Amino acid sequence: MNQLFQEAIIVSILAATMRTMTPLLFSAMGELITQRAGIWNMGVEGTMLTGSFAAYIAATTTGSLWLAVLAAIVAGALMGAIIAFMTATLRVDHFIAGLGLNLLAGGLTLYWFQSYIQGRAQPTFSGFQDVAIPLLSDISVIGPILFSQRALTYVALLTVPLVWFLLYRSRYGLELRCLGENPKALDVKGLSVTARQFAAVMIGSALTGLGGGFLMLGFSDRFLADFTAGRGWIVIVALIAGNWKPKGVLVTVIAFAFLEALATHLQVLGAPVPHQLLLALPYLASIGLLMGVRFRSGQPTRLGIPYKRE
Amino acid sequence: MSTALRVEGLTKRFAGVAANDDVDFDLRPGEIHCLFGENGAGKSTLSSCIFGFYRPDKGQIFVRDQPVHIASPIDAIRHGIGMVHQHFVLVPEFTVLENIIVGTQRSGWRLNAAEARQKLKAICDGYGLDIDFDAYVWELPVGRQQWVEILKALYLDAEILILDEPTAVLTPAESRILFNIMGKMCARGLSIILITHKLIEVMQSNRVTVLRKGKVVATLNTVETSPDELARLMVGRAVSFTITKPELKPGETVVAVKGLTAHGHWGEAVLKDVSFSVARHEILGIAGVAGNGQKELFEVLCGVRKAQAGSIWLMDEEIAGLTPRCLMDRGVGHIPDDRFREGLVSEFNVAENLVLGWQRSAKYRSGPLINSKAIAKLSRDMIAEYQIATRDEKVAAGKLSGGNAQKIIIAREFRHAAGLMLANQPTRGLDVGVIEYVQSQLLRKRTEGFAVILASEELSDLFGLADRIAVMFKGEIMGIVDPRNTTITEVGAMMAGRRQGTIQ
Repeated sequence: MNQLFQEAIIVSILAATMRTMTPLLFSAMGELITQRAGIWNMGVEGTMLTGSFAAYIAATTTGSLWLAVLAAIVAGALMGAIIAFMTATLRVDHFIAGLGLNLLAGGLTLYWFQSYIQGRAQPTFSGFQDVAIPLLSDISVIGPILFSQRALTYVALLTVPLVWFLLYRSRYGLELRCLGENPKALDVKGLSVTARQFAAVMIGSALTGLGGGFLMLGFSDRFLADFTAGRGWIVIVALIAGNWKPKGVLVTVIAFAFLEALATHLQVLGAPVPHQLLLALPYLASIGLLMGVRFRSGQPTRLGIPYKRE
Repeated sequence: MSTALRVEGLTKRFAGVAANDDVDFDLRPGEIHCLFGENGAGKSTLSSCIFGFYRPDKGQIFVRDQPVHIASPIDAIRHGIGMVHQHFVLVPEFTVLENIIVGTQRSGWRLNAAEARQKLKAICDGYGLDIDFDAYVWELPVGRQQWVEILKALYLDAEILILDEPTAVLTPAESRILFNIMGKMCARGLSIILITHKLIEVMQSNRVTVLRKGKVVATLNTVETSPDELARLMVGRAVSFTITKPELKPGETVVAVKGLTAHGHWGEAVLKDVSFSVARHEILGIAGVAGNGQKELFEVLCGVRKAQAGSIWLMDEEIAGLTPRCLMDRGVGHIPDDRFREGLVSEFNVAENLVLGWQRSAKYRSGPLINSKAIAKLSRDMIAEYQIATRDEKVAAGKLSGGNAQKIIIAREFRHAAGLMLANQPTRGLDVGVIEYVQSQLLRKRTEGFAVILASEELSDLFGLADRIAVMFKGEIMGIVDPRNTTITEVGAMMAGRRQGTIQ
């Protein structure tokens, strides 16, 4: 292999990393908002799947990708409303609520998909193309990696400082973090814990749904059963490994995306490793991470514990 | 304005049981008014109704003589009512300032800390409070954390302040500072409702309302009453405060601890070079503010926590590192401080709890099966002997009152232990009647020849019961004193970190 070829491959892997990172980053930032508010939403996978499906339907019926993005956001928010109603209002066990949501999403999307296509050939759409930023994208190596990406990739990267600002510099963020650490501190000031958790879960889930939407619009042209293929669970692992901090989550998400990009490239290049094993790489890494990461100082104290006045 | 706050005919029922029954109460401007009563007398229910946490079934609340409707804490805050909860409602991961301002800003996106800082500075200067607004709450000692709670209320312009058992977690010196601050607040026109079951504190108030079983028994001017009268009103019968302890000569040493050191979760030392010994016929008291290593000491002694260094000798055997089961077999009894989480299984019934830990004993099984007959018989005997108020032995332990739950633990441990009894906060949160009972039982074990290690946050308990008192501070023993020639003030100073011999 000559040097030029090697460089091209590395650039290609890194550019793919950025693209692969995008849906994970949206969803992880959404789940970060949700979890910092004390709600352990296990329904990320289902929320992403529903976001993907909504984007597919909107893209194939209206032909507008931006309407499809909107559809994914709305679908995510609706899934969030279900989780919020169960956890913040009814105070159901968070894990059970999330598992229920995942089963619901898996079943419903498939059912709707069947009734949508009704035996005819599956309609397809053509998804987002790269947006090359003038001048910057011409820089060698860095240009194709950073400045020749889908528009939403840039947006996803922007959400990290935005979420950071929301959490640490806005009054809403202080209240939000308070929900996760000690919701009673808000209750005794006469503020509704339920309303705030509801809002946080809906906003967070809207972002999570957007992640699912991008997965559809940026990578595919059609819907398949179990389309998200476990990425929602990777998001949860990224939160734990990122210690519930925006920057930490960003780093872990990039690491997962890199592994996935690497796996696909190695497969195409015909590396002498079974491709099933390569595809399993991010998941194996997540198992390793969960066993290795004991440092959970950032975990919200009341995460996953339904709030009740005693 | 004749009253700052008035409550008329307030009734609050939980599942048909009246926690407050037609309660009348009034608070005059600038006074400290005590709500005094046993656990379950309805003090906290009343204050929760005033603060809008509960909605009363009947009754009317007046603030500054105007009838008001308080449906949530936000209404209470709007009417100038503030509350300092018994268990602090703070976020340890937030700074002092963040704890105070969270949820108070009504407009704007960005946090506006500068204005809040100014207002707080003015409040602190007024009361002579010196606190770093940017310190994290977890860094602060408990006494300071309480200041943060008080500042939270003052920051919201509270004029009526409810303090729920505020001294439960304080050292005697910190309590004095608190009463000092309360005096200053009253001088500035604030009115204070002080919830307590400690007589010493009641005597520092202007007036006192005694509650018993949800009803107001009396409202008295403090100067016109006496501790004896108040105790009688609270319990409904005369109470003797003097503990009569027979003179006994300590026998042979039962347990000897040398240089015990243990680490916590993060590797920090929770016990540092702890040494003491206890003999037969002797009660060693452990004094200290909660969280200074008492719990860890008991955990090491009963085998659920590893010690990093040091030795424990029980009679002639080194027992450090043995499992709880081995220690139980050697006659060590343990009354843990958190009775519903460590002493019992709430979902198990009384009979099951009475044999818990001894289910392997041949007495309570036949082959691999549980011997229900033997257990039922034991239970009925124990219920009678220890006067456990329960319908029968099949009631879930979690349904019983704290006092009766404690009696189950005491019955079980006293029945099976021989030689050493570890009792951590055995009277905490119990009613006067049950406290008397627990104390008499501990003295009975002492007479029988047990060595007893007793930790209590109530110094009066220790002075009445213990033969010697070891004072703990940050995992260390500050000194071991003889209560007969030591004052409560001296022990209080040691609880705050002064070493024995450095106090003049």
